[in-house]
Amino acid sequence: LAGAGGDGGGNNEVQWCFLQVKGAIDEDVAEADIISTVEFNYTGDLLATGDKGGRVVIFQREQETKSRPLCRGEYNVYSTFQSHEPEFDYLKSLEIEEKINKIRWLPQQNAAHFLLSTNDKTIKLWKISERDKRAEGYNLKDEDGRLREPFRVTELRVPTLKPMDLMVEASPRRTFANAHTYHINSISVNSDYATYLSADDLRINLWHLEVTNRSFNIVDIKPANMEELTEVITAAEFHPHHCNVFVYSSSKGTIRLCDMRSAALCDQHSKFFEEPEDPSSRSFFSEIISSISDVKFSHSGRYMMTRDYLSVKVWDLNMENKPVETYQVHEYLRSKLCSLYENDCIFDKFECCWNGSDSTIMTGSYNNFFRTFERGSRRDATLEASRESSKPRAVLKPRKVCTSGKRKKDEITVDSLDFNKKILHTAWHPMENIIAVAATNNLYLFQEKVN
Amino acid sequence: MEDKVLSPEKAEEAKLKARYPHLGQKPGGSDFLRKRLQKGQKYFDSGDYNMAKAKMKNKQLPTAAPDKTEVTGDHIPTPQDLPQRKPSLVASKLAG
Repeated sequence: LAGAGGDGGGNNEVQWCFLQVKGAIDEDVAEADIISTVEFNYTGDLLATGDKGGRVVIFQREQETKSRPLCRGEYNVYSTFQSHEPEFDYLKSLEIEEKINKIRWLPQQNAAHFLLSTNDKTIKLWKISERDKRAEGYNLKDEDGRLREPFRVTELRVPTLKPMDLMVEASPRRTFANAHTYHINSISVNSDYATYLSADDLRINLWHLEVTNRSFNIVDIKPANMEELTEVITAAEFHPHHCNVFVYSSSKGTIRLCDMRSAALCDQHSKFFEEPEDPSSRSFFSEIISSISDVKFSHSGRYMMTRDYLSVKVWDLNMENKPVETYQVHEYLRSKLCSLYENDCIFDKFECCWNGSDSTIMTGSYNNFFRTFERGSRRDATLEASRESSKPRAVLKPRKVCTSGKRKKDEITVDSLDFNKKILHTAWHPMENIIAVAATNNLYLFQEKVN
Repeated sequence: MEDKVLSPEKAEEAKLKARYPHLGQKPGGSDFLRKRLQKGQKYFDSGDYNMAKAKMKNKQLPTAAPDKTEVTGDHIPTPQDLPQRKPSLVASKLAG
C-alpha cells in the first residue's frame, strides 16, 4: 500500500520502550560501581559491561520459550568476574587503576566466547565457557572427590557424562602487559581475527592474540622533547573489512587513517581528516571542545563517526577536508563553557555508536539524556534514562531542553541540568533495535516499540 | 566606540580570563595535556623517607592532613600517605 504510515513514506520514527534496568538504586554511588564500558557481542546475544572496580558483568539475552513468551529479549546475568585489580608501580611511583576502559568481543569460533578487556596498562583475553555436564563414576575417587582405598577398586568402569546445572566459567587465557608507558584508551580487534591494536596517549601497538611477550609499535607520536607535545591520541579503531587499515583520532580534532601495508611504522598517515576552522572564531576553548573522544567506523566501512564535546560528525572516508554530516548534541552548552571548564565537565569523554544498518547514530549527554539522530530524515530525539520512566514496556517520552527565555511545560532549563548524571557509554544491538545505556551505576535497556 | 557582539564562546572565554588572568600563558605544551599524561602519579621515595626518619631520630615526621590527597612541599610522604592497595572487591551490583 503506497503512502501507508503517517508521514507518507511508511518510515516512522522509532519509539523506544523501557525493557530493563540493572544495578542498585543507592543514593550514594560507590566509585567502583560506575560503569565504564558497554559492548554487545557480534550476535547481540551477549552484552558485557566493565566498571571502575575492575569487574566485568556479562548479560545474555533470554530465548523466547512457550512458558515465558513475554520474556523475549530480556537480558539476564550470564557471568561476572574480576578482570583487573588495582596495582602500584613502585618503580615509577604510579598508581594503576583497575577501571576497565574498554571491552571488545572476539567473533565466536567455537562453543566458548572470548573478549578482550583493558585497564590503563594491561589487556587481558578472557574465555567464557559453559559447563553443563560432569563426569561421574571415576575409578580412583568417589563422588565427593575423596580418593578411594586402592583395595576397594575391584573392577574397572568407564566414567559417564551426566547433566548438571549450567555453570559459566570465565578464565584469563592471555595477559598482554608491559607494552604501554601511557594510558590505554582503545583496543580494536582486526577483521583478520588474529591481531588487535591497543592505543595509549602517544603510541599504538599491534598484537597477535596468541603472543603475549611481544607487540609491534605501529604509531609513535611522542616528540623528542616533551615540552613540544601538542596533541595526544584519543581513540583508535581497525577498519571493519580492510585488515590493513586503521584510524586514530587526536585531542586537536583530527583523524588519521593509516595503511599498514605502506610502512611498518605508520607515523605517516595515508589520509588526514580535519574540518577547517574559522580563525576569527577561535577561543581558549576551541581546542578543548574539538578534542575527539570517540571514533567508530560504520558497519559498512564507508563512513566513520567522531564525537567531540558538542557534536557528532560523520565522515566519508573519501573526503578528508570536511565531514559529510554534523549533528549538534547539546549546542546550548556553548554559553556555559566557562563553568564547564571549572568543574572539569568539559573534559568528559562521550562515546557514540551506530545502529546495525548505519541509518541512525546515538550518543549521550548530561542529565541522563541521550540523543539519537536519524541520518536520512535528519530527525533527532532526546530521551532520558530514569527510574521514573522505568515501567515495563513504557514508551519513552521525548525530552526537550529550553534554550530561550520562556520555558514550556515539561521542558528543562540548561541551568537545572544535572551535570553529574552523564551518559558516556551507550551500545546498539548489531542487528535489532535494542540499546544499552549506562547511567553512572545503572544499565538501562530499551527496545523498539512493537505494535 | 563600536558595539561588538561577542559569540557565546568568546563571551565565556572573557569570563574565564577575568577569573584566571594567568591561564594559558605557560610555555611548552598545554597544561591539560601534561596533566592527562601524569594521571596516577604518586610520590613516595623510600630513600627520602628513611633519611628523613633518621634525621628526626625520635621525633614524628609531619604527616599530611587527613583530607589532603596531593603531596607537596617539604612534606615527606610516609607509607600511610600512600593509598592502600584495595582488597579484592565484592561482586558488582549489576549482577545482583
